[in-house]
Amino acid sequence: MATEATKITETISWTDITEGCKVEASGNSKLFNTGEWRVDTPLFIAEKCTQCLLCAPVCPDSSIPVNNYKRADFDLDHCKGCGICAKVCPAGAIEMKMGER
Amino acid sequence: MSIRERLSGNEAVAFAMRQINPDVMSAFPITPSTEIPYFFSTCIANGEVDTEFIPVESEHSALSAAIGAQAAGARSVTATSSCGLALMWEMLYVAASNRLPIALALVNRALSGPININCDHSDSMGARDSGWIQIYSENNQEVYDNFVQAYRIAEHPSVRLPIMICQDGFITSNAVENIELLEDGEVKDFVGEYCPENYLLNSSQPQSIGPYAVAAYYMEAKRAQLEALKNAKQVALDVAREFAGLSGREYGLFEEYRLADADYAMVIIGSAAGTSKDAIDQLRAEGQKVGLLKIRLFRPFPGEEIAAALKNARVIACMDRTESFSTQCGPLGAEVKSALFSAGLAPVVINYVYGIGGRDVAVENIASVYADLIKIDQTNDAGEKYRYLSLRD
Repeated sequence: MATEATKITETISWTDITEGCKVEASGNSKLFNTGEWRVDTPLFIAEKCTQCLLCAPVCPDSSIPVNNYKRADFDLDHCKGCGICAKVCPAGAIEMKMGER
Repeated sequence: MSIRERLSGNEAVAFAMRQINPDVMSAFPITPSTEIPYFFSTCIANGEVDTEFIPVESEHSALSAAIGAQAAGARSVTATSSCGLALMWEMLYVAASNRLPIALALVNRALSGPININCDHSDSMGARDSGWIQIYSENNQEVYDNFVQAYRIAEHPSVRLPIMICQDGFITSNAVENIELLEDGEVKDFVGEYCPENYLLNSSQPQSIGPYAVAAYYMEAKRAQLEALKNAKQVALDVAREFAGLSGREYGLFEEYRLADADYAMVIIGSAAGTSKDAIDQLRAEGQKVGLLKIRLFRPFPGEEIAAALKNARVIACMDRTESFSTQCGPLGAEVKSALFSAGLAPVVINYVYGIGGRDVAVENIASVYADLIKIDQTNDAGEKYRYLSLRD
């Protein structure tokens, strides 16, 4: 039986790693914390936000969670800090903290 | 009951493919392997098999389609030669590292340039480090027998690697020889159904194949891939033993011909082994202790076994049908010398480049190599250790 996707970590030995690193699961990109790559970090200023939701669809990493037509704070486990959301925000509700994790 | 026939090497491969009835073939024509997809697609058109044929626009696409099909869960096959294999290069590594047991019928032909359509091993020898299992054939019978055994080796759960069954362009691929074939049912039972544990079209267990592996994973994946290739050696022997029970024809990692007591040994790959056997018979009749080791399995390379088989030889000729531009030896020479060194053996080894670009290899050419070896032994002077055979000065 192939190793479970959650067990493929940086401590796995060569005898346990899956063939060609194949992943025996679906919908598992959440397990990969792309947020580790971040150099600049967006800061969500909730009181300025008008909930226009222009930011959420342009996020390349689906790191702006939306529930009941309202966005919540950033998912920093996956946000790579690209800053597109801050560029599109018409309300000044997203501030990029340059050089901050 | 075996069937007595006469077939070319290309016909023999296509015949084996018809009996195996793979799920998908993707191929692009190139001399001298063109006949393989040509003959096999005729079987498809006639409804003799239910294989899906994918016509493609290049060999890169041919192997890409085979990779996609194999990953999806289909037993896939392709065929090529020379520059066709070179154009598959990128995808050779993808097939092997993703552990997809595709079978490739390779008809060995020189790589350009100068452009040349005749036999040498520069195509497959260039691909020797791509992670594929490589098996070489001396004659049409071996081509057929090796192809029938191919999927059993490649698909074994401890292996799961693609396999290249190689034969010499024109010399065996287009020459007709007597051949013994197995019954369709015997081959079908021997090869069996392809039942992968998991595959992309299996909706009950989704999977992702070919993910990006960062530095923290790549080495572990490669080491696991190496282990699979190592395992192929024993699996090849086990499959050969079972095949011998079915066909009466025995195969090993390599063939020894009058080698056990030979002072002067030759190591060779492919069709020229037959020529060498004739030369050996003549020289043995004259009292010369000469012998041959013919490689069958080149990847994985059975170094320990080969060193053991050569331990009594005083002078050895390694015959490379390619120029690898190392300037000190060819790929076979490098492997054999490495195996001997690791076994603590230090015979004189002369590496010959022969037969490249289809240069004829006659009995007298091979006999001249043995004459060289005997002279070296008698004079204790090896001279140039990297030589060209039948080269005009």
